[in-house]
Amino acid sequence: MLERLRYRLRYISGTDIALWIVAALLLTMIVVGSYNILTEGRYTGRQWLDFVISGLAQGSIYALIALGYTMVYGILFMINFAHGEVFMSGPFTAYFLAEYLKQKGMFQSHPLLALLLVMLLSMLVSTVIAVSLERLAYRPLRGAPRLVPLITAIGASFFLQYTFRGLYTPGFKAYPEVEPLKGTWVFFPNSLHLEIERMLIAVFVSSVLLLILLYAFVQFTKTGRAIRAVAEDQQAAALMGVDVDHTISVTFAVGGAAAGAAGVFYALMFRQVNYFMGFFPGLKAFTAAVLGGIGNLPGAMLGGLFLGVFESVGPSLFLEGLGVPAAYQLKDAIAFTMLVLFLIFRPTGILGERLAKRA
Amino acid sequence: MNTPLRAAFRAGLAGSLIALHLALVGMVEAFNKREIIQDTVTLGQLLLLGVSIGTALYALQLIPQERRATRDGWLTALVSVSVVSLTLMLLSLAIQTINLRFMFQNASKELVRILTFHTPGVVGLVKLWLFILVGGILGVGYLFVPRPWNRVLSIAAGATLIMGVMRSIVTPLLPDLLVDALYTASGLKRIGAVVLFVLWSAILYTYPRWKARAQTLQTLEVRLGPRTIPLPVFLGIVVLFALPAILREEGSYLFEVLDMVGIYIIMGFGLNIVVGYAGLLDLGYVAFFAIGAYTMAVLSTPELPVVREFLTQTIGRSTLNFWEIIPIVIVISLISGVLLGVPVLKTHGDYLAIITLGFGEIIRLLVISDLLKPILGGAQGITGVARPTFFGKFVINESWEYFYLIVITIGIALYISVRLRDSRAGRAMKAIREDEEVAKAMGIDHVAAKLSAFATGAVMAGLAGALFSSRLYSIAPHSFNVLISINVLCLLIVGGMGSLPGVVVGALALVGLPEVLREFAEFRLLVYGAALIIMMLYKPEGLWPERARVSPIAKEVFGDRLQQLKIE
Repeated sequence: MLERLRYRLRYISGTDIALWIVAALLLTMIVVGSYNILTEGRYTGRQWLDFVISGLAQGSIYALIALGYTMVYGILFMINFAHGEVFMSGPFTAYFLAEYLKQKGMFQSHPLLALLLVMLLSMLVSTVIAVSLERLAYRPLRGAPRLVPLITAIGASFFLQYTFRGLYTPGFKAYPEVEPLKGTWVFFPNSLHLEIERMLIAVFVSSVLLLILLYAFVQFTKTGRAIRAVAEDQQAAALMGVDVDHTISVTFAVGGAAAGAAGVFYALMFRQVNYFMGFFPGLKAFTAAVLGGIGNLPGAMLGGLFLGVFESVGPSLFLEGLGVPAAYQLKDAIAFTMLVLFLIFRPTGILGERLAKRA
Repeated sequence: MNTPLRAAFRAGLAGSLIALHLALVGMVEAFNKREIIQDTVTLGQLLLLGVSIGTALYALQLIPQERRATRDGWLTALVSVSVVSLTLMLLSLAIQTINLRFMFQNASKELVRILTFHTPGVVGLVKLWLFILVGGILGVGYLFVPRPWNRVLSIAAGATLIMGVMRSIVTPLLPDLLVDALYTASGLKRIGAVVLFVLWSAILYTYPRWKARAQTLQTLEVRLGPRTIPLPVFLGIVVLFALPAILREEGSYLFEVLDMVGIYIIMGFGLNIVVGYAGLLDLGYVAFFAIGAYTMAVLSTPELPVVREFLTQTIGRSTLNFWEIIPIVIVISLISGVLLGVPVLKTHGDYLAIITLGFGEIIRLLVISDLLKPILGGAQGITGVARPTFFGKFVINESWEYFYLIVITIGIALYISVRLRDSRAGRAMKAIREDEEVAKAMGIDHVAAKLSAFATGAVMAGLAGALFSSRLYSIAPHSFNVLISINVLCLLIVGGMGSLPGVVVGALALVGLPEVLREFAEFRLLVYGAALIIMMLYKPEGLWPERARVSPIAKEVFGDRLQQLKIE
């Protein structure tokens, strides 16, 4: 027993100890902060519930974007840094259709149909951008050293951002409001009287539906099986008659479509689009993918939801408890800290995935 | 290989997409304001001409080599550029008939006027076609002009145009009489263009003989103490130091640009150690730049009562001066380099890149937040940063004076980089870059190598930041975003990873050029992004690649097979 302990202790380096001390410190801060705020009772239970619900809606958007990161990573072992821009391109382009439909009065007469059209265009544009990105920039670099595609992706990210900035506008564009999704719905009016914004419910429900749809596509269709086969072993899949190039294109297309849909949800929630809107959601969705274990589809979905809630509850829960002024300013910092901590301590994510050990 | 017609359409399609992109993104219109040669050609037209030449050359590349210098070659090139001009014609027709501006902000009537040379109707479209055709003829003509002349003429034309574009940089260097003869207020005069073109052609034609004579020049040496340095290097250093004092009157803009280039060169040398030598892709490099800048600003500004109070209590004075802060900057950035390095010791490649990116963003968000406002000034930033003084009297204020300080810092950074490259520690870093597992098995202390790479890089960025904030007199947190890290990474990649002259070339091209081309500023990151993709696709080693150093023994053992070994 003592032998074994001594043996294990020999392989703990100074850096490990330093890292664990940092982690312990952060954990103590979280616990102390949460304890303070909960005992103080600054927020009511209903307010916490509101935080959680808006976090879930936000998180479901992250989950949709994270899908693209995780699928591409699963197949090519590259971080598609430009995925945030794929996410931006759809709703930014579809804004003009939305504006046109609003001018023609369709948003007033058939709001949901108009919304569906906008969404389809957004998905289409994002898909086209994602697929052409793969075809023009990434495919020629397959088999290159690992930093090469990453740098290309960074280049593509800035190229796309500033292309759309030049094409459309450097400013913000306001998305039209959808009448049936304004206001709130009340659940259990007699007992609980849960009042929830309709928009949040719509975003959450449709995101989850889409997630299930996409998951079913990957799990149960022939193309989905091809995607999984290529992710498992490219050469073996090719020998079994899977068209690898085509499958990779499909993967990018699926990720792009999910990002395009997420983009419209995002635009509806925050009511505006801009050429830079993809950067931070992109990074956070990547965080979500890492949280769930990159390469793991259900993991990305869970990671997205978890990150959304954590980010929405976090500032009020443990930062304010520590006496940080204007804690909401540090919302993004919480997400990035989580990203850094997970990449350092548990790069395999919460669920764990065999793919991650190659990183 | 393709048939000529297929090649023509393929190249034409690619060229069309690029031309459409340039037009709709707004580059053509923005660049059109700058006349390169008076009443003859603007930068915007040059852009389209460049696309057309490129299309023709690409089309020729697609057909078999033996058919290029024949009638097939001509046809292919001209058909391909005609496709490009057809696209542009359709664009201008579309803009005139439907309101494309609803979606594309740059699809304006002004764009049509530029494309059709201010001529309405069919004549304008024909003019556009002929203009694009000229590009195709220039492209294919390269194959038909005999050997030395095609190179000489094309480089001379390029050099002339560059001198036209860089008017604001070139003119302070020339005597007034010459400037008046050659230049207008915005570009070259026609006669000036012709003179420069002939002059450049003559110089380039006689260059080979000239080069042979220059080689003897290179063997001359100047004795400096116990060491000798080559004469050209010595002369270069003398010029570098003499120039600012001579040109301080007319060249203040020039030195503003050069100062920025210099600050980026210092950062480039630093990141070169981290990414180029040790292979650790650091996307949060801006954090160290910010740490240096903020250390300088916080300790020297008269604002921020909390810090003033603290300093008065500890050292008896409320502010420190520039020279006292520099060692503190070095120590703090060194420590922060190690602190950032420790957690990422075990991560590699893209995960490392994302972690460092996250660190950079966390630091920026912390600086902006109200939490650290009493110490770091919050979102408004800090003003009243110290300027360097000598003996309490002579204050460095002007950009040409800062230039000396920056050049000296570059010299130190270069010296450290060169010595590190040739040292055991530097070779250990490179071994880790090539293969970490093998390097560890060979007994290389990867912890020491990685941490020293991070620390050295951090110190250089910290110094650059300190100079930056002092020169600007004030700093704001939003100037320390991830784009700076990307800029520095870009200049490394364009110049050549691990290559020291590459850093200088990259900084001049990526920082100097946009500063000179004011119209360019808006498209800077667009072009950077494109440059990164293109460099990775076609020239991943950079414009000025690092030359692998080979030991004499290895040369003897492997001889000619060395080249093969390197490829494997």
